[in-house]
Amino acid sequence: MNRWLPSPRLSAVLCFLWLLLVNDFSLGQFLLGATFGLLVPIITRPFALQRPALQHPLKLVLFLLMVGRDIVLANIVVAGLILGPRRRLHPAFVEVPLDIRDGYVITILASIVSLTPGTVSADIDLQRGILLVHGLNVGDPQELIDEIKRRYEAPLKEIFGC
Amino acid sequence: MLNMALLIALAMVGVALLLAAWRVLRGDTLPARVQALDTLYINSIALIVLFGIYARTSIYFEAALLIALIGFVSTVAVTKYLLRGAIIK
Amino acid sequence: MAVWIEGLVAVLVLLGAAFTLIASIGLVRMRDFYTRLHGPTKASTLGVGSIMLASLLFFSVDSGSLSVHEVLITVFLFLTAPVSAHLLAKAGMHGGEKLASGTRGKPWDQ
Repeated sequence: MNRWLPSPRLSAVLCFLWLLLVNDFSLGQFLLGATFGLLVPIITRPFALQRPALQHPLKLVLFLLMVGRDIVLANIVVAGLILGPRRRLHPAFVEVPLDIRDGYVITILASIVSLTPGTVSADIDLQRGILLVHGLNVGDPQELIDEIKRRYEAPLKEIFGC
Repeated sequence: MLNMALLIALAMVGVALLLAAWRVLRGDTLPARVQALDTLYINSIALIVLFGIYARTSIYFEAALLIALIGFVSTVAVTKYLLRGAIIK
Repeated sequence: MAVWIEGLVAVLVLLGAAFTLIASIGLVRMRDFYTRLHGPTKASTLGVGSIMLASLLFFSVDSGSLSVHEVLITVFLFLTAPVSAHLLAKAGMHGGEKLASGTRGKPWDQ
């Protein structure tokens, strides 16, 4: 943004984090947190990542809520798979071609793929734009690819406009 | 009622810890042991927080936070070492 | 403490412990390194998250003031679990972990 306040959003998050850490929402702690919020971004500016601008903040919130629901629901499915008979499992490595090219957004996508049960993102080829996903129980690989692309990649693409 | 539930939960997480510990000791390969260690520290966080509720004190929160931080960093450090080892080899 | 809150805390605690236990059972029971990766990274994250929610509820009601620092550990675990899973998978592929029979597709060379 400018010289003394490089990223206001990070400053706000840091201040809030401090309040959570001390578990005390008083004015004194708030001032201390605000000081950290101002100082830390200035100190860590050389490490700051280039990231695409957020196009639809509201859609991001809705998207995260959907991901949270997916995590809970699919966890129950995986719990069943773990306790069920092992012979019925069909694990597979699946290569998912990506449309997103931005490293920051791919990181978010890979993390979501790992958190939603049944799939772990194992490797990324940034040159060719391919995400290697290991699925615990894959019926049809093409179906898994389509689902990841439709359910997670398309909304992310829209939210970050890339 | 709550105490009973807490005791059952403590026992369950304790068993989970033992299972993970068994995997650490009897792992097939080095990555498998690291994987078990990763599970072990997450289980220990659950155990500590459960014990905190049982003892009606939030003083164990800092311990849980520290284990979370150190556990993650050590997993990353060891896997990085495993990955880099062959480049030197 | 109200009975229904106590009951809610008890349910959350048991649910969290159950998920944690299932994750560790998966760690012992699954046949190869990659399928073992699934239980711990997700089920235990959700399990600990559920226990954290119980702790948040319990201490907020017990002390009469909002206690939210449990959120920190939960968010931290949700942020780091995919990263450690990814690195572990890479380390496994690098070390040439065996695949369970019937696995389709191939891991990449590291």
